[in-house]
Amino acid sequence: MSKIIPIGPYHPLQEEPELFKLYCEGEIVKDVKWETGYNHRGIEKLSESKTFDQVFFLVERVCGICSTSHPFAFANCIEEIGEIEVPNRAKYIRTIIAELERIHSHLLWVGLAGHFLGYNTVFMWAWKYREPVLDLFEKISGNRNSYAMFKIGGVRRDIENDKIPEIKKILDLVKKKTDLLTGAVMDDPVIHARTKGVGILTKEDIIDFAAVGPTARASGIAIDVRKDDPYAAYPLINWKVITAEEGDVFAKAKVRLLEMYESVSIIEQCLDGLKKEPEGQTEIVVKNIPEGIGTGHAEAPRGEVFHFAKTNGSNYPVRHKIRAPSYVNIATFKKSCIGQTISDATISLAAVDPCYCCTERLASVYDFGSGHKILGGEELIRISQKQTDKLLKL
Amino acid sequence: MLKDLFYYIIYPGFLFVAVSGGILAWFDRKITAWLQFRKGPPFLQPFYDFFKLLLVKETILPAKGSKITFLLAPVFSLTGALLAGLLILLPVLNIKSGFSGDIIVIFYLLTIPSLTYIIGALASGNPLAAVGASREMKLIVSYELTFLLIIAAIILKANMSIKLNEILLVQEDSPFIGSISGVLLFIVAVFTVQAKLGLVPFDMAEAETEITHGFFIEYSGTPYAFIKLAKYSMLFILPVFLCSLFLGGLQFNGLNILWSVLKLLGIVLLLTLIRNTNPRVRIDQAMRFFFVWMNLLVIIAIVLILFGL
Repeated sequence: MSKIIPIGPYHPLQEEPELFKLYCEGEIVKDVKWETGYNHRGIEKLSESKTFDQVFFLVERVCGICSTSHPFAFANCIEEIGEIEVPNRAKYIRTIIAELERIHSHLLWVGLAGHFLGYNTVFMWAWKYREPVLDLFEKISGNRNSYAMFKIGGVRRDIENDKIPEIKKILDLVKKKTDLLTGAVMDDPVIHARTKGVGILTKEDIIDFAAVGPTARASGIAIDVRKDDPYAAYPLINWKVITAEEGDVFAKAKVRLLEMYESVSIIEQCLDGLKKEPEGQTEIVVKNIPEGIGTGHAEAPRGEVFHFAKTNGSNYPVRHKIRAPSYVNIATFKKSCIGQTISDATISLAAVDPCYCCTERLASVYDFGSGHKILGGEELIRISQKQTDKLLKL
Repeated sequence: MLKDLFYYIIYPGFLFVAVSGGILAWFDRKITAWLQFRKGPPFLQPFYDFFKLLLVKETILPAKGSKITFLLAPVFSLTGALLAGLLILLPVLNIKSGFSGDIIVIFYLLTIPSLTYIIGALASGNPLAAVGASREMKLIVSYELTFLLIIAAIILKANMSIKLNEILLVQEDSPFIGSISGVLLFIVAVFTVQAKLGLVPFDMAEAETEITHGFFIEYSGTPYAFIKLAKYSMLFILPVFLCSLFLGGLQFNGLNILWSVLKLLGIVLLLTLIRNTNPRVRIDQAMRFFFVWMNLLVIIAIVLILFGL
């Protein structure tokens, strides 16, 4: 008989509320079930009542850590509908912000992974080395988090050319600290023992679950929106997609650590590119958005963020759909956790860098008091289809 | 009679062990904080923690499970730790000479805290505590054999004497750490103590991020204060035991006080450094580590002792 080991709703392993039920026999995990619904905020619905300028601030708050990738994807989406060409300077600044975000998110994950393994020194060191990146954000955007840099047709703030040497100096510091951290993590024999061969996802598993981002790249699939469907300044500069073949937790850590160097190199090239563009050309004025359907995606630190919007010529979206990378990545626990021990299952769960507030979906509705089901999945899909039909007639 | 009572309750018994353990716990946390770019707790923090749990915090009992066993387990763990401390400290501090075979009694008493944690965890009826208890059982099985072999090697080194006092007398001029076999045994003993204290490479029975403090998950208030005190005491007693087995014991007179304190702090520093530079290992890895590698080292050391090295 298997007993249930709960991970959640409030558990030191995950910072957000969610519930994994590990069905264990002894230490071996036989089955995993996942329950969410603690965090649903109805952002898509909320977005339909906001103007395009306001939606940027709203989607920035979908996720606190990848708070640039959502506005980025939404900007790509609306600019596709309006056929807007953004000035080069704005493209560079957008890329700089997105790559800085990748560095800080990956440093955050490395720290957390250390904490999950009981290695609190790595946790504290990684988060300390993340501080200069946040300071850099404050210098560029005025905020340490939720940068509010994006708008349709450009960015809200310029990076003045005389700030560039200072930014490069901080980047050098970050690179040096990353070297130290990479050395500490990649050469530790005990970390090898704990993470190599643990939570392996094969290429087939990745394709089956449609996983994206570092999770897929660690299994040898070079999927990256920045290369596959280039946007912003990515086609203008030289960089490569980092992959690893093993597909275990260590490979995921390796991919993330090496991606940070790639990001530093991208930012440096972008800063060089900025010098060639005239100062102040950070946006073009957009009068109105025509009627249409658009999709936009961006490579968040965790993988592809996908936004869909339908407009009707007014100043707000009539339908806005978001798919965050964790939505597909988390499901891989069905392959990576079953058959492992509890110790390995927890680090495998954390290895995809899950983000639950991105992922929450309404699946069924229960009455809070009595616990009766009010609306099931099929009924919700029917209501949704009815709504879509109504929208298409608008 | 009154003098005995003073020995048992104040010095070197209960109060001395508890206060020294609290100070060492502060030392451990402060060093950890420095290694992690933090400021660390104030000097009295371990005592604040203890008295807060003892006097202020509410005690919540698990609805299912055996309440009496659950509540008695921390008391027994503290008793075991303090008794072991008394048996170690009386000969080490030259107050009483102890009795023949006391090192074997000490070995048994040092196992009691871990055993009572297991009993208390299983009495709580929590599945996470049960996982923690089963991990601790496997861990005990693996490190106790090594610990026993170390003590056997020490007895061999001390001309077959099974009295702590005589082991200390043998070391009077040249501590055991001065020989090759002594160094080997000391390395193994440090890892064993690490596992006995449940510090990081071997803290899988608590494993905060896996099973949320495992066997202590249901404890709160006064019973948890007892567990904290038992842990503080073990943090003092086991380094003292290591000192007396390898470094020639402690002397609390004149300048020797400084030297003794340095020895103790050195061992605790070693334990703290190990716990801050390693991730937690899996239970099967820990078992292999002790069964194969540590036992092998001890056996090599025993062979070296037989050759007089």
